[in-house]
Amino acid sequence: MSGKPVIQVRDLTLEYKLKSGWTPAIRDISLTVYEGQIHGLVGESGSGKSTLALGLMRYMAANARITAGTILFDGQDITHLPQNELRKLWGKHISLVPQDALAALNPSLKIGQQIAEIVRLHEGISSAEAHARAVEMLNQVRIPDPEQVSRRYAHQISGGQQQRVTIAMALIARPKLLILDEPTTSLDVTTQASIIELVRDLMRERNAAALYVSHDLGVVAQLCDHVTVLYGGEVMATAPVVPLFTRPIHPYTISLLASLPRHTQATETRLRTIEGAAPALDMRTTGCAFAARCPAALDKCHAARPPLEDVGEGPDRYVRCHRWREIADGTLVIETAPGQTQGDSAPLPGHVLKAHDLNKTFNVSGMFELLTEKERTGVRALNDVSISIRARSTLGVVGESGSGKTTLARAIIGLEPADDGTIDLMNQAISLNLNGRTRDELRQMQMIFQNPNDSLNPYRTVGDALARTIKRLSPDLTRDAVRARVLSLLEAVRLTPDYANRFPNELSGGEKQRVGIARAFAAQPSLVIADEPTSALDVSVQAVILNLLKDLRAREGVSYLFISHDLRAVSYLADWIVVMYLGQIVEVGDADQVYALPSHPYTEALLSALPTPDPTVNHMPIVLEGDPPSPRNLPTGCPFHTRCPRKIGKICETDAPPWQDAGGDHAIRCHIPADELLAIQSKGAP
Amino acid sequence: MTGFLIRRIGLLVITLLITSAVIFLLTQVLPGDTARLVLGRDARPEAIAQFRAENGLDLPLPMQYVNWLTRFVTGDWGTAFTVGNAPIRPLVLERLGNSLKLAIMTGLFSVPISILLGVIAGLRENKRTDVIISVFTLSVVGLPEFVTGLILINTLALGLDWFPTASSPPGADILDWFRQLTLPALSATFVLMAYIVRMTRAGVVDELKKPYVRTAALKGLSYRTVIVRHVLRNALLPTITVIALSFGWMVGGLIVIENVFNYPGLGRLMTGAVERKDLPLLQASVMMVIFFFASANLIADLLYGLLNPRIRLE
Amino acid sequence: MAATNPPATPVPAPSIVSRGWRAVRGAFSEIARRPLSLIGLVLVVFFIVLALLAPVIAPYNFDQIIRGAARQAPSAEHVFGTDMLGRDIFSRVVYGSREILAIPAATTALSLIFGASIGLFIGFRGGWVDSIISRVLDALLSIPALLLALVMLATVGSSPGGIIAVIVLLYTPIVARVTRSSVLSVRSTGYVEAARLRGESLGYILFQELLPAVLPALIVEGALRFSYAIFLTASLGFLGLGVQPPSPDWGRMVNEARDSFRITPWSLWFPTGAIALLIIGVNLLSDGLRRIFRREGQGL
Repeated sequence: MSGKPVIQVRDLTLEYKLKSGWTPAIRDISLTVYEGQIHGLVGESGSGKSTLALGLMRYMAANARITAGTILFDGQDITHLPQNELRKLWGKHISLVPQDALAALNPSLKIGQQIAEIVRLHEGISSAEAHARAVEMLNQVRIPDPEQVSRRYAHQISGGQQQRVTIAMALIARPKLLILDEPTTSLDVTTQASIIELVRDLMRERNAAALYVSHDLGVVAQLCDHVTVLYGGEVMATAPVVPLFTRPIHPYTISLLASLPRHTQATETRLRTIEGAAPALDMRTTGCAFAARCPAALDKCHAARPPLEDVGEGPDRYVRCHRWREIADGTLVIETAPGQTQGDSAPLPGHVLKAHDLNKTFNVSGMFELLTEKERTGVRALNDVSISIRARSTLGVVGESGSGKTTLARAIIGLEPADDGTIDLMNQAISLNLNGRTRDELRQMQMIFQNPNDSLNPYRTVGDALARTIKRLSPDLTRDAVRARVLSLLEAVRLTPDYANRFPNELSGGEKQRVGIARAFAAQPSLVIADEPTSALDVSVQAVILNLLKDLRAREGVSYLFISHDLRAVSYLADWIVVMYLGQIVEVGDADQVYALPSHPYTEALLSALPTPDPTVNHMPIVLEGDPPSPRNLPTGCPFHTRCPRKIGKICETDAPPWQDAGGDHAIRCHIPADELLAIQSKGAP
Repeated sequence: MTGFLIRRIGLLVITLLITSAVIFLLTQVLPGDTARLVLGRDARPEAIAQFRAENGLDLPLPMQYVNWLTRFVTGDWGTAFTVGNAPIRPLVLERLGNSLKLAIMTGLFSVPISILLGVIAGLRENKRTDVIISVFTLSVVGLPEFVTGLILINTLALGLDWFPTASSPPGADILDWFRQLTLPALSATFVLMAYIVRMTRAGVVDELKKPYVRTAALKGLSYRTVIVRHVLRNALLPTITVIALSFGWMVGGLIVIENVFNYPGLGRLMTGAVERKDLPLLQASVMMVIFFFASANLIADLLYGLLNPRIRLE
Repeated sequence: MAATNPPATPVPAPSIVSRGWRAVRGAFSEIARRPLSLIGLVLVVFFIVLALLAPVIAPYNFDQIIRGAARQAPSAEHVFGTDMLGRDIFSRVVYGSREILAIPAATTALSLIFGASIGLFIGFRGGWVDSIISRVLDALLSIPALLLALVMLATVGSSPGGIIAVIVLLYTPIVARVTRSSVLSVRSTGYVEAARLRGESLGYILFQELLPAVLPALIVEGALRFSYAIFLTASLGFLGLGVQPPSPDWGRMVNEARDSFRITPWSLWFPTGAIALLIIGVNLLSDGLRRIFRREGQGL
């Protein structure tokens, strides 16, 4: 690396005081970030990446301490610097862009004040001057009308803007080191794309150093120059971004990359997965942290911790693995090719479910609400939405927050009944409201929930939860039959029989989600609705769940309605895809059609915004202007016209667009005819 | 802002309607025959019938309620037969004034010290200072007013003779306020403190856990600035509501205190009315208290809305 | 976490009830570890024992007038002295612990049952039913407690039943509101929705799925209600609206002793001290419970 080192961490060990005593959260971490470099820090939850990021600023919880190692910042040893000296660094030379911007901003201070107080403190300038600087900084983070925004409170601006404000706060004093702690994790893909672009440009301009913490390999591949991979509180590998992604030599990196969902042509493929779950803080062993889940682990991997070794490819590539030489020279191959599901999973003719013209408005109703609530306009969450799901197939629904995708799932299952429209289950009209459905109709349609942590009653064993569902929905079964079914369900979701006696707090997130899936399959449904079933899980666990869903579809012959904001997960699983924007369907087609051109301009932007986990692919996202409009106040005409880069004129603002036939079952709701759309989109980004 | 105000006042009116109906039912319907109560056990049937007709007691219940409410709203509160048929309104208003003096004094005593202790306890969560403050507020201070009041009388009034054992409404003289009201206000303060300290502490503890505190610290701001400028601004917001609620609590608490100190406030008037079953007097006093309590809540809501940017007042 | 030696067939799992008991035992051992909470527990248990064994402990009956023994200062014979009429104050205090515990215990239990049922129902049901009932509860809450008690007792008359009814009416809305707000946070969890999706009855969802989740909040609230009920019962007694003579009521004993304070000061000290000790005990205990259950957050 060309620049001089800004922060150098050497053999850092940081411990937490737990009930069981002092336990290391990160061990022997070494890391250097240079001027002008964006250094990615990748890891799953529990890897210690946030502890490290904050620890190297010397910001630690009250029950944490540094037991070994040094931190050099700009040549100065800050490992044991007293608090009042640290305060002179914080905000001025080292600053943090936090994860959840809304929570990280003071709710009752104006945005301008929160930014200005940094330069007032560190540069001692007047408040008028500081305010001018704050407005100028808001301008630099590309917030429109910065003067106005500076006088607002955090909750009054959009999520993307809140994150920009935190970036402005971090950069206003021109720090030498910027630490970004998952700054885009809670944002939509299209917003994420614009934030990444902003970070890249600002860092390039300022020649500062940045440490970018993320679990998203795609973002890291696209943004960072150098990457460090953490697992179980230790560095597994560190390397410049291109070799790390193109020639990975650590089994963890290799497996992680192989487990990313992607669009596949064949429905029978399975992702490679990393079995098991990351060890808890106090369960770590003396051997290699990854040994328990490593496909290539030998006895010595369990027995002794491998050292962090110089790979010898330039100064900055290190790896911690006993077998990296075998991997590097090709004598050890870690399997990454996708596998195959068993059983027949080709869709059958006929439809499991047809929903026609569903509408849902969240209304504020009743005299008392009118007296107390501030908002009186309804939120139009679903606007004439029609879908149909074929037997033994998967319909994927994609959209960003506010698109109405979750409302659609909940309207179909009946938890949040639609205002009007019809739902046919197995060609038979059923009630829109859950309470009006028969036991058999309930049995036919079940659901997998988003958050595994609250999808199981904490006071009930796994076996109880499954048995109760079976008994309620198939009351004719004998006790023994119910028990047999419980065991077969556990086996189907790859859990051993003893899990029947466990309580949810004894399970990991991925295991809870498997039980949630088993419960949905308990009474042999024909349609399973999955509402973002993997979004709360780590990458490696996500692949396990997606595979499981594929296997179960073949084994049980069900159909899925699969809701997700993650286009890759959807296209991995779905046969047909529906794209939603602001309560409307804007595009339908089979998975290949939606992935290929022509696309609805929104789908086009969504696809282009997905960061590819390959740094050699030149990634040029279409950055959408502005924020999605409020669903309280829908735009006239085409709902996408306010942000559409392909807008053709007045007609987009005034007339609702027609459906354009794009061949086969593929249809796009746009004023531009499909062939014209194909022609302009083939020429590249607008 | 106007819309918000109108909605809140609407809510206040609804609350008052419901509570007045409850009070009406309790005082007018439950006790049985008001006529007999007023005219006495030996009244002639004709006199009773005449009384009932005159006072609208033969009308259906909702009509009686409307009549009662109309009279009350127009200021016709009747006369107190236990106080020599004196008109109720001036009597209640005078006593209310006395009670408010005591309430103001209590507020001056309790609010600053409670907030201070609550903030300190919150900042030193689970440290020794916090434990000491908690024990103090839970034990000494959590006792009923008549217990603390009697202890105060026995020590500061009877023992040291600093204050009179019974209090009367103070005049314009500031010293007189302290002389007359310190003891009763102090015993009310003890009860309020337990509550306000606990809520303030909880507010501070909750707020300190929020991510924006880390943001502020990582700006390089001093501990003092982080607490004063960032944390307290948010942590003390709920305390405003708590204080307003304790205003209502105080009205309840003052009933006991006024009896302990023989202070001629609304509380004493009410207990007297209860003892002598003077229902019109009781109704009027109770409605007055409820009106004040509800208004205090309204003011708290408005203040909270004004100070908290998250609540929009459009 | 890797599975360790899975048994071939499932063994019966502990039921919800036994799991609940384990949690209660856990709470007790937590209390034992906190010195202040332990003091509270000891005080409360002490008064409960006193109340249960009153006839054994008290040397005299509570309304027994001992001839020639009026106005006696504390002595070996009468440890707390005697009052103006010649009744043994120690015996009266011991017997008085029965009412001051029984009435608050009954009111707490009843208001927990009613309040939790209402809160579970409106919290889960939502919609207009919730907003109307909530509004009525809010209105009831906007009447200061002692005031409503005063009005009701003035009209209904004082009897243990009347006092219990009044306090239950006062506390039910509070418990309902606390329950409701806890329900709101679990109402839309996956497991409650899964129960709806398998067509469970309203009763099953309220009492089998939601109740365990709100139980910690209810325990904390119950302890708080108990402490306030003692406070209120004593205050009502002091105002002469408590249980009527001759049964000994600590609050009324204090009030009566005020008049004779200069002659028999001990007749004021002991009931006052008893009230103070009991309330301190209950407060310390309920504060301990609050800290234990708030910290665990997730529940039992």
